[in-house]
Amino acid sequence: MSPTPIDSRQRGFLDHVVYVLGENPITAIAFALFALIVCVALFGPALAPYDPMESNAARALEPPSADHWFGTDNLGRDVFSRVLVATRLDLMISVAAVALSFVIGAAIGSAAGYWGGWIDAVTGRFVDTIMAFPLFVLAMGIVAAMGNTVENIIYATAIINLPFYARVARAEVRIRRDAGFAQAARLSGNTDLQVLAFHIFPNALPPMMVQISLNMGWAILNAAGLSFIGLGVRPPTAEWGIMVAEGANFVVSGEWWLAFFPGLALMCAVFAFNLLGDGLRDIFDPRQRT
Amino acid sequence: MTPGTQTMFLDVQDLSVTFSTRRGIVNAVRGVTFSLAKGETLGIVGESGSGKSVSSYAVMRILERSGRIAGGQITFDGIDLSSLTNREMRELRGREISMVFQNPRAALNPIRKVGHQIEDVLRRHARATRSTAKAQAIDALKAVRIEDPEKRYNAYPFELSGGMCQRVVIAIALACDPRLLIADEPTTGLDVTTQKVVMELLADLTKSRGMSSILITHDLGLAAEYCDRIVVMKDGQVVEAGDPKALFADPQDPYTRRLIRSTPRPGAQIGDLVEPPVPSPTRPVLGAPLLEVRSLRKVFGHGAEQSVAVDDISFDIREGETLGLVGESGCGKSTTSSMIMRLLDPTSGEILMDGRTMTDVPAAKFARDPRRGSLQMVFQDATDSINPRFTARQAISDPIRRLTDEKPAGRVEELAAQVGLPEALLDRFPHQLSGGQKARVGIARALASRPRLLILDEPTAALDVSIQAIVLNLLAELRADLGVSYLFVSHDLHVVRLLCDRVIVMRKGRVVEEGATESIMRAPTDPYTRSLLDATPIPPAALEPQGIGPERHSQATV
Repeated sequence: MSPTPIDSRQRGFLDHVVYVLGENPITAIAFALFALIVCVALFGPALAPYDPMESNAARALEPPSADHWFGTDNLGRDVFSRVLVATRLDLMISVAAVALSFVIGAAIGSAAGYWGGWIDAVTGRFVDTIMAFPLFVLAMGIVAAMGNTVENIIYATAIINLPFYARVARAEVRIRRDAGFAQAARLSGNTDLQVLAFHIFPNALPPMMVQISLNMGWAILNAAGLSFIGLGVRPPTAEWGIMVAEGANFVVSGEWWLAFFPGLALMCAVFAFNLLGDGLRDIFDPRQRT
Repeated sequence: MTPGTQTMFLDVQDLSVTFSTRRGIVNAVRGVTFSLAKGETLGIVGESGSGKSVSSYAVMRILERSGRIAGGQITFDGIDLSSLTNREMRELRGREISMVFQNPRAALNPIRKVGHQIEDVLRRHARATRSTAKAQAIDALKAVRIEDPEKRYNAYPFELSGGMCQRVVIAIALACDPRLLIADEPTTGLDVTTQKVVMELLADLTKSRGMSSILITHDLGLAAEYCDRIVVMKDGQVVEAGDPKALFADPQDPYTRRLIRSTPRPGAQIGDLVEPPVPSPTRPVLGAPLLEVRSLRKVFGHGAEQSVAVDDISFDIREGETLGLVGESGCGKSTTSSMIMRLLDPTSGEILMDGRTMTDVPAAKFARDPRRGSLQMVFQDATDSINPRFTARQAISDPIRRLTDEKPAGRVEELAAQVGLPEALLDRFPHQLSGGQKARVGIARALASRPRLLILDEPTAALDVSIQAIVLNLLAELRADLGVSYLFVSHDLHVVRLLCDRVIVMRKGRVVEEGATESIMRAPTDPYTRSLLDATPIPPAALEPQGIGPERHSQATV
């Protein structure tokens, strides 16, 4: 009841995070990159030196310079400002999509893994059906059919990612369904739903963390990809995918910076999320904390 | 190669092994010295963490990556093993020195036929060519007395029983006629009758081939029975060594004495196991029948794949009584306890509590039944049975919040005191607790809802003997204080004898024998019970102050 044990536990957690980061410098880099991306997403518009929409025909297609760090595009807009501002939109799409597919996928997968039987059969076939399509083509189809809006990109990305969560959740719950602590929880008066929600699911989280992190990278790529082929976010909105698509036309004529910098931002984001996964698992698995 | 060391076949001098962990350097083995003559069997005994396995891994040079031989010398047949390159060491392993591990299933490749796995070793050490490998592998299977070896050659490990798998592992270990065999807890996890067969086989084979062997075990009885010499280890050091008879008859080191004292053995009472001995807690007065099991039956599967796990068993447990349920793996004792715990529905039959049937509420709905709190269980594996993300406090409060009207605050501390768990440990996670502490958390949690019947499912099987002694005494005290009834599920007859009033022996889903503990231990009527008793190694009894003479004599004849 005294605050001391809680304090010591929190300190233990911080020590643990410091240890995990120190042990694996790449995780530390990924965390730093992730923190940078989040900051840019939050404060991007305030940080941007120019208005990302303001065109200036006199200074079109200038290479990177002290004035324009990433150069200017064909309408004279500042590429650096546009890359910064685009972070928020891209991150928002991927976070929303991943959150949606995590919640639905984990619920479906946990139920299938815990109860098995017909629930497992039905959800299993449903997930297989989604997996049967080439995923990007499915996303294209969904966006094309439902309309070209940011929400629809989120839904499409969420649907194509859902099977991965359902499968991981099913497997992780299934191996723990008859574990000693689950039996003990039943004896302690927990109903099946309580056993699943309070005892089994939290233990299935660490591997799902990895999945979430990997998926964030895919989701960003997917959103950018949809925009690249003209579905989803439309010009003149600042978005990495569109910027790469538009910039691609100028690469042949030597104006490489139009496509290069948004592409670099995209790559850094995907890189950060992919590496983050391993670090998150190390941090959230209590057994690693010895 | 000094003249002095040549006389010994294996000579370990002043061996130190360190592990680098995130808490710094851990000295797992500190200055251990032992030696082994040709044809001799050396027993290394000790509790977990004593460094007994690590020492032998150091001999094989198979320490995990963080481990390092920090000092000392290992001489095998005149060769200094630390001077060998990894390549030379690989040649030596399997051909000169072989090892048998604890878990035979983990040691075998699950997707390769056992015959092929034997061939792999033979071919690896150029003992066989493609054309002769199969015949030699079958010979190796024959040598470990596997029936129908031609057929077993094509079996996968999952098609074989645990004892069979261990025989295959032994066949692999002996395939190249090594001169030294290291067996690391080779029978832990096997049934007693299987243990006897495997140990006899190992003893015969090592003797007939003139091999030397090292038996690493926590079981004093086993070591006394099969070893020529014994080394007792504690905290990475050798505390005592010598001939087993002399060593057990007159242990010099206080630790050896404590180890011998803690081992359940014929003649000892439960209070004798702890140091200093305490008077054994009184047994509660037996009351009215609490639980009645009537023609219980459980069938798994359908149609042709049907298997009967529990076949028409009936018994009673009275208030305050402790009933032992004994049998080997697969005899249906776990299924029976799951059904009584209402985690599993029986196919037919009835379970009554206070004369009222419980089987009318399906197992899936029983969590909300008012009788849930009266029936609790202490699980075999304390580590597996506590949610890894719960602190000890959360684990103990869970049943209090769900099954009682009491507030967890206060009650948790009360329970912790009852089971002897220091309050400071309540905010720790399971992985921060020792095995004995986890067992206490498991017992406290089971007691939280004030149960009337507690099923103890091998609660001490995963514990060291000294911890087991303390936990057994704790259980006996709790029984005396709370008047709760126990159903004690176990395979260890010595432990059952200490705690139980009555015993039921199960085999293949049926009850083969039932009666008062002492009479069954003394004069079993069923041949199966007799074979169980015969197979249980009798631990050596040290010279003890209190007279246990006459009883020990009568037990020894059993």
